[in-house]
Amino acid sequence: MNKEGLSYKVRQSTGVNATECYQCGKCTAGCPVAEHMDLRPSIIMRMLQSGDEKELDEILRAKSIWLCLTCETCYSRCPMELDIPKIMDYLRQRSLAEGKVHRDARDIVTFHKSFLNTVENNGRLHEMGLILDYKLHSGNLFQDVLLAPEMFSKGKLHIFPEKIKDRQGLSRLFKGQSKNNKS
Amino acid sequence: MSKIGVFICHCGENISATVDVVRVAEAAGKLEGVEFSTDYKYMCSDPGQTLIKQMIKEKGLTGVVVAACSPRMHEPTFRKACSAAGLNPYMCEMSNLREHCSWVHDKSEATTQKAIDLVRTLVEKVKYNKPLFSIKVPVTKTALVIGGGIAGIQASLDIANSGHQVILIEKDPSIGGHMSQLSETFPTLDCSQCILTPRMVEVAQHENIKLLTYAELEKLDGFIGNFKATIRKKAKSIDEDLCTGCGTCITKCPTKKIPSEFNTGLGKRTAIYVPFPQAVPNKPVIDKENCLYYKNGKCKICEKVCPTGAIRFDQEDELVELEVGAVVVATGFDVMEPSEFSEYGYGKYKDVITGLQFERLASASGPTLGEIRRPSDGKVPEKIVFIACAGSRDPSKGKPYCSKICCMYTAKHAMLYQHKVHHGQSTIFYMDIRSAGKNYEEFVRRAIVEDEVNYIRGRVSKVYEENGKLIVKGVDTLLNAKPVEIEADMVVLATAAVANSGAEELAQRMHISYDAYNFFSEAHPKLKPVETNTAGIFLAGACQAPKDIPETVSQASGAAAKVAILFSQNELSREPVVAVVNRSAPPLYSTCVGCFMCATACPYQAIGEELITNRKGEVIKRVAKVNPGLCQGCGTCVAFCRSKSIDIDGYSNEQMYSEVMALLND
Amino acid sequence: MKLGFYPGCSLTGSSREYNESLLAISKAAGIELVEISDWNCCGATAAHNLNKELSVSLPARNLALAELDEMSELVVPCAACYNRLVMTQHELNEDSALRKVIVEKLQMPLKNDIQILNVLQFLEKYIVPRLDELIKAPLTYDVACYYGCLLVRPQKVMQAERFEDPMTMDVIMQKLGAKALDWPFKTECCGAGFSVSKTEIVGELSGKIVRNAVGRGAKAIVVACPMCHSNLDMRRPAIESYLQRKVDIPVIYITQAIALAMGLSPQQAGIQRHFVPVNLTVNR
Repeated sequence: MNKEGLSYKVRQSTGVNATECYQCGKCTAGCPVAEHMDLRPSIIMRMLQSGDEKELDEILRAKSIWLCLTCETCYSRCPMELDIPKIMDYLRQRSLAEGKVHRDARDIVTFHKSFLNTVENNGRLHEMGLILDYKLHSGNLFQDVLLAPEMFSKGKLHIFPEKIKDRQGLSRLFKGQSKNNKS
Repeated sequence: MSKIGVFICHCGENISATVDVVRVAEAAGKLEGVEFSTDYKYMCSDPGQTLIKQMIKEKGLTGVVVAACSPRMHEPTFRKACSAAGLNPYMCEMSNLREHCSWVHDKSEATTQKAIDLVRTLVEKVKYNKPLFSIKVPVTKTALVIGGGIAGIQASLDIANSGHQVILIEKDPSIGGHMSQLSETFPTLDCSQCILTPRMVEVAQHENIKLLTYAELEKLDGFIGNFKATIRKKAKSIDEDLCTGCGTCITKCPTKKIPSEFNTGLGKRTAIYVPFPQAVPNKPVIDKENCLYYKNGKCKICEKVCPTGAIRFDQEDELVELEVGAVVVATGFDVMEPSEFSEYGYGKYKDVITGLQFERLASASGPTLGEIRRPSDGKVPEKIVFIACAGSRDPSKGKPYCSKICCMYTAKHAMLYQHKVHHGQSTIFYMDIRSAGKNYEEFVRRAIVEDEVNYIRGRVSKVYEENGKLIVKGVDTLLNAKPVEIEADMVVLATAAVANSGAEELAQRMHISYDAYNFFSEAHPKLKPVETNTAGIFLAGACQAPKDIPETVSQASGAAAKVAILFSQNELSREPVVAVVNRSAPPLYSTCVGCFMCATACPYQAIGEELITNRKGEVIKRVAKVNPGLCQGCGTCVAFCRSKSIDIDGYSNEQMYSEVMALLND
Repeated sequence: MKLGFYPGCSLTGSSREYNESLLAISKAAGIELVEISDWNCCGATAAHNLNKELSVSLPARNLALAELDEMSELVVPCAACYNRLVMTQHELNEDSALRKVIVEKLQMPLKNDIQILNVLQFLEKYIVPRLDELIKAPLTYDVACYYGCLLVRPQKVMQAERFEDPMTMDVIMQKLGAKALDWPFKTECCGAGFSVSKTEIVGELSGKIVRNAVGRGAKAIVVACPMCHSNLDMRRPAIESYLQRKVDIPVIYITQAIALAMGLSPQQAGIQRHFVPVNLTVNR
């Protein structure tokens, strides 16, 4: 196996050996978003087996890895007990690190980044802050505007964030992380 | 005083190219006790053997060492030669100069020296050899066949037709096994019962076969040629001699709703019952768990209506002891209940059934008289989905192995369905198609091309019910992993073939090996497929591993042949390399103290006890005794014995010690 | 009695009725849920999608804090937080190299042996045994209990019994007097974190769930996860857009169902905070 290649890196990093997959397709059969995916889970597993760098690059550029909900249905039904969600997490992290995020998935990534931004700033999620940060970076300025008033009136949205005390301790966790979680 | 002859073989060039055989022969000639030493090109050849015989006679040799290849190759050859010349064969030993020397080293001084050492070692051993004689064990020429399916039936008929007695025991009320539950068999679509029942009747009528149904093996003692089997004849509550099989009791029995095992739960039976109309013997048994009389003392209608008064409520289980010379195990297999796979909904949705249940639906004598109907509402299904590999090739929740028969029977099921319901649509979700037997591939092609069965490559993730239909969520991996959803009327799961639930216990009772899945182990996976590691016990059929009918019948005949070989001798000859507990003159009788550590250690249960008595019959001493018929000469007992009272003939402590000392003292 | 409590970010914000009903029923049963001091966000979906180390260090900080507070049991009502905490505990036990890195960054000791309870385990252990005496007003309608993904999967780590067809909530609802329907969408994904970034997928997946529940005659869907609740309730317009019709089946938390059955007021149960009105008649 090519030690520079993605298949090997996946195995080293996640401990999951894609060669065990015998392409039964049960993961795809049970995946709730399979119909929306460009590369279905069993196809991604086959591409990892092929070891062809061109195929592997395609995986990182695919929409599928971001559409994956990590619902773990595939893992719970796979006859070979392959931890596909773990592979997906790894592929997502690589895709982001190599700047290969599919354009239709950019909003998804923006959302996750905005989420972590408010956590980094406050220690806890600030939902209002998340929405504002997301709108700013995704350009979806009018997203859910109709929802906001009702959220406020039901007491479900706070203007000001809840901040934890030990923000220094928290920022230590964020330090040294690649700047990918920051927008 | 020893007069040993040493013969060094060149083995063509195999030995002589690496070892200086002339020098080895010279060195051996100088050893004390060696009367004659020579080298020759091919000791195993006719002239080579003649040389040995000549020298035995000429020089009056008392022992022979042939330094050549491995004893596994030619020990019997040279021992036979010695025997022909009048020397006890066990005075002949082989020193391995080939596999242990010339084949594993390069040509050098050290290699030749090693060869010299090896020869010296065996010479020293032979000085302590004593004549040994083959052990003769009598053979009881009756076979016990356990299991009355097609494997047991075939084996019984073959052994009986070779002129020997057979006792066939079957735990169910009738013989026939799973084959009697099938509708049609691949690849010919022969009606299963039509080809089976003539054999069943043959078994029942054969003068050499004694058939005991509703009977199980309780205990097995003894050894090859001399087994003692205890059979438990479960109480049928019927006097079989009086019963004519008229069936009146069955029609009058008030308890009619018991799920029928033969019909895999899809049909019902009565408490007094015959499992199926073609049962052999066609006499009923009473299911004590569900019979009203046994449960609460009421009813007894069968007794009242029986015209010959054959009902016997007070009948008890009977234990019968049989003496047999060989055992053939043909206990068959079972079909996995896929309740582990809750994503398929088996057990929850009535119309999700197993392959065996589908056979009962398709069978003309089944609960729906051969019409494919949904168990839930009795309607004819318009769409059936078959799921292959439901439980096989599945390390996570099922069995990791392939069950071998499912690809073929699933194709068969789909074909039968298409033949019976012309407008029906069948879909098979598969992973691979394993159709390796004769005419099997053509059979599957027929299903695909002629019967237009829709084969989709992919596994099913979930089956659930919606408005009376079963929604099947699968995938077509050959179409770029496209998710496929089908609304079916029935789902048939090709579940894994597994060992019977009582297999482990039965194996332990018979002291035979079994694997992690409780299938019985053959002695060698390639070369000894019908023997077990226990001499005299043979295997036939699916109890060894999942297999189809042609293979089962072949294997059964194979096992029968082995039994016939065994029975072709009046006595069995065994190698005398066995353990012996020493005996000496009174008052000691033996140094054995009767601790029986050896008996505990013996893996073959070959050690028993012996009571040494005086002339009055009083017991003086209780010592261990080795059964030479069972002993395999492994030597474990010798290692365990604390008083050094037990030793192996042919590999005694003395012989072993002398070999070691010979090596150390050059 | 007192138990450790990790509310998680959604319980203080968009799912506050879950928090309110949980605290109300705990109080009625004499249990005080004590929040971990200075707890932080567990990272939820965002962290494990983008950053492996962060996805473990954020939950680990909470586990370490809980240990400092000397808690032996930790109640975690949010299914996602529960999943992240249990996965972290498992990962740190399996990977000693990672554990070393994390503990160094935390600069806090970590024994990693605290018992983490999800809301169903908490209810089964502490509330259900007291239900007979606490129920004042049984609920007598048909419900569909919806478990979602993260309470039961991955099966090897969560070790849920019957992970394809769980019954814990069903059994509780039966005890409350309701009829829990058998239905096949108990653990199908609702659309998870795509509420904002891919709302139409939530509409589709949650729509299928709602359609099935309504089709079987359920009068309410009972949930145990704030994300599921939000997707099924707040995102009702997206669901209706997918189903092309209006659907008014309410979605209530299991804690709210218990609160109502205990005779607490709808306010105490936080019913008024839902988007889809909860018009269930309770037998009084």
